[in-house]
Amino acid sequence: MELADSKAQGSEASGIGAYLVRHLREYGLLFALIAIMAFFQIVTNGTLLKPVNVTNLLLQNSYIVIMALGMLIVIVAGHIDLSVGSVMGFVGALAAVMIVQFEQSTGVTMIVCIIAGGLIGAAQGYWVAYWGIPSFIVTLAGMLVFRGASLWLLEGQSLGPFPREFQMIANGFVPDIFPAGLGETIAGFLGERRVNMLALASGIIAACLILYLEMKKRAQNRAYGMETEPKAFFWARVGIIAFALVFILFKLSTFRGLPNVLLTMGVLTILYAFFTERTVTGRRIYALGGNVKAAKLSGVKTERLTFLAFVNMGVLAAIAGMVFAARLNSATPKAGFALELDVIAAVFIGGASMSGGVGKIVGAVVGAFLMGVLNNGMSILGIGIDYQQMIKGLVLLAAVIFDVYNKSKQA
Amino acid sequence: MAALLEMRGITKEFPGVKALDQVDLTVEQGQILALVGENGAGKSTLMKVLSGVYPAGSYDGEIHYDGAQAQFAGIADSEERGIIIIHQELALVPLLSIAENIFLGNERAKGGVINWRETDRRTMELLKKVGLSEAPGTLIDKLGVGKQQLVEIAKALSKEVRLLILDEPTAALSESDSQALLDLMLELKAQGVTQIIISHKLNEVRRVADKITVIRDGATVSDMIAGQDEITEDRIVRHMVGRDMAQRYPTRERRAGDVLMQVKDWNVFHPLHADRQVIRDVNLTVRAGEVVGVAGLMGAGRTELAMSLFGKSYGQKISGQVEMNGTPVDTGTVSRAIDAGLAYVTEDRKALGLLLDETIQRNISLANLQGVATGQILNEAEETRVAERYREALNIRTPGVFQRVVNLSGGNQQKVVLSKWLFAQPEVLFLDEPTRGIDVGAKFEIYGIINELSAQGKGVLMISSEMPELLGMCDRIYVMNEGAFVGELTAEEASQEAIMSLIVTD
Repeated sequence: MELADSKAQGSEASGIGAYLVRHLREYGLLFALIAIMAFFQIVTNGTLLKPVNVTNLLLQNSYIVIMALGMLIVIVAGHIDLSVGSVMGFVGALAAVMIVQFEQSTGVTMIVCIIAGGLIGAAQGYWVAYWGIPSFIVTLAGMLVFRGASLWLLEGQSLGPFPREFQMIANGFVPDIFPAGLGETIAGFLGERRVNMLALASGIIAACLILYLEMKKRAQNRAYGMETEPKAFFWARVGIIAFALVFILFKLSTFRGLPNVLLTMGVLTILYAFFTERTVTGRRIYALGGNVKAAKLSGVKTERLTFLAFVNMGVLAAIAGMVFAARLNSATPKAGFALELDVIAAVFIGGASMSGGVGKIVGAVVGAFLMGVLNNGMSILGIGIDYQQMIKGLVLLAAVIFDVYNKSKQA
Repeated sequence: MAALLEMRGITKEFPGVKALDQVDLTVEQGQILALVGENGAGKSTLMKVLSGVYPAGSYDGEIHYDGAQAQFAGIADSEERGIIIIHQELALVPLLSIAENIFLGNERAKGGVINWRETDRRTMELLKKVGLSEAPGTLIDKLGVGKQQLVEIAKALSKEVRLLILDEPTAALSESDSQALLDLMLELKAQGVTQIIISHKLNEVRRVADKITVIRDGATVSDMIAGQDEITEDRIVRHMVGRDMAQRYPTRERRAGDVLMQVKDWNVFHPLHADRQVIRDVNLTVRAGEVVGVAGLMGAGRTELAMSLFGKSYGQKISGQVEMNGTPVDTGTVSRAIDAGLAYVTEDRKALGLLLDETIQRNISLANLQGVATGQILNEAEETRVAERYREALNIRTPGVFQRVVNLSGGNQQKVVLSKWLFAQPEVLFLDEPTRGIDVGAKFEIYGIINELSAQGKGVLMISSEMPELLGMCDRIYVMNEGAFVGELTAEEASQEAIMSLIVTD
């Protein structure tokens, strides 16, 4: 019957409706994000997309997004990391102790923190990769250990404040490199008080770049007879993404410009998307998550890759920890508490599979922002934390049910 | 003699394809019917219609069972009436005991409390019937596939079976286990159990079947009745594939070149029990252009030998030397073994050979990603070109290389595995049961590929449980028993008797 099934699939390929059904997941995520944003934009009377709130939204979710990049890789490799919230808190504490108590420079602190994150990842990855101990258990242990370790490091107290340079990691903005006069002219033209040209320009450049890459990819897919999305869908999707980029960066440009964190986040997202989709090592991670035995028998060094996935996760948790501490301008023993769940939820909402081998960086990032907009929008509306938690939980469940339903319909 | 089951004009359509087209099938009371056909011919669909997986109303046609028209709404419904299917992939729970498995879902219980004495007593009766001497408390885990198959049959018998359907029951069994199973089928027949066997192994079909029904492309092609019609394997094959197949094994010009690979004094111990030696002092050579067979019973250590040679993927305390073209090479990890020019096509393609949820393209490139990359950066256009090239060369039947492998038939999946290893550019390929679970047409194609490889001067080490296949394909056959080579036969010397006698007299 296998032959018949594939035949049936082939004949369904025609028709826009059928295409949409088969790719509902990818579009669904994007539409869901847009729908939720539109909804909150309306019910908050436009507060959601005010420049100051857009800036806030990005800053609030930056550490989730950064960790979601690493978590996606861990989950694609067929594992999970429950310790990231604790590790993040621990690294923040470490940074505070180094800077505030031992008066180290920001540069030295950052390097030490990143190395510490890598070592923590290595310490956990070692047991998972080379001893075959389930990652759930190893990182559950890590979650307790590093939660305790940050308490111990901070002696139960909050520690701060940080010097300005360190705060800049989260709260700084990239200075406008364009002459001030240009910005003022444009601002006057657009009827805004001010426009940060760097932010606006980077939005436009990013939009053009995406347009170009997507068109190139589409042409290539066509050339190789791969199924391409219908023209209308292609333009709608790419158009929406490009417009959203320009729109958001325009909003930012009328406030304080391009946040340092957005730059970090953007660069990391591009790097990781490229790594997972276009490199040999990235491909091998998918193979390892898809079928570890087959991957091993095909020459993939499965243990080493698993180990490195955890090292990478540790490093990203460390970066997130510094961003978090810098944003709050202090390290607290509670920092990062239960945050691992938000990160994991973002990855699953983004379409990754619990059993490994499936998932995309872009999906995880969109998933993180989807949760972020929900948080932010509900907070603006003054919805209590009780309802917020319930709604977030249901959204996660709905996303995964949608996945499973979709898969069963295709099979 | 009355017919127990009569299926008339069964037609089953899926969106865009007619899987069954006016199929007729009749099974006489107390007889064994063999249902044969290529993969994808519609055998499984027909059995799903019969057992109610596709409930009444979702197909056209009539089913008459036990003298009345039957309309099964689901499996529970058909089981109630004594129709039981034993699937190729056994449905036993590995960490439960034999008794627990047999009465799973049908527990000997009163008010929810299980009567273990009754359960064990009944289990022992059933095990005796199927000729299995194991304690009811033994975990399924501890049994080989052959014995697990017997437990499945015992489970069927526990449910007052009237029509027993066995789907490829011997596909994973050794020669002797297969024989035992066929004997059991004949024994059950003597006790009045009507049976349907689906099988690719025509010699077995011939041995047990009272009637052979061939279906092809979703339609009944012919019925052959034992004792009335002339039943030969050639004739069955002809009906199955719809054309004459002059030879089951394509011919090849046999000319062995220089020694490609030489293994000296290979010893391997069990991965968990360090004192149990699995491979003993194996010495073997493979020459360029040579197809070398490894014959032996299930458990002789053939797969273990191949896997231990291929990157030490099996066992511990491995000693011995591997030479390629006369120079010693390190095959200590899979990637080094690949670099040394080895490739291993596993016997279990689903569990060990394929990324089932990935595309054909991504499976083919996996063992040689460097071949489609510049440094770390993958060139997906090149990857597609490579995949397309192998799709054409190996005749993988699929709408495109972006199809997921899970949707392919067994034969096409095996071609994907072969493509993966051919693209890794090996010198010597280990083929472990390369045609297991594959229909006759695809088998012939795989043999053609093997011959092609040999013509290119590659060496092939072929492990197979199907002796005719080894005899038909190999230049030389090593006979393996209990971890050691007990003999070596040239193509001229080799015969089933010669191989068996080497094993038995060891």
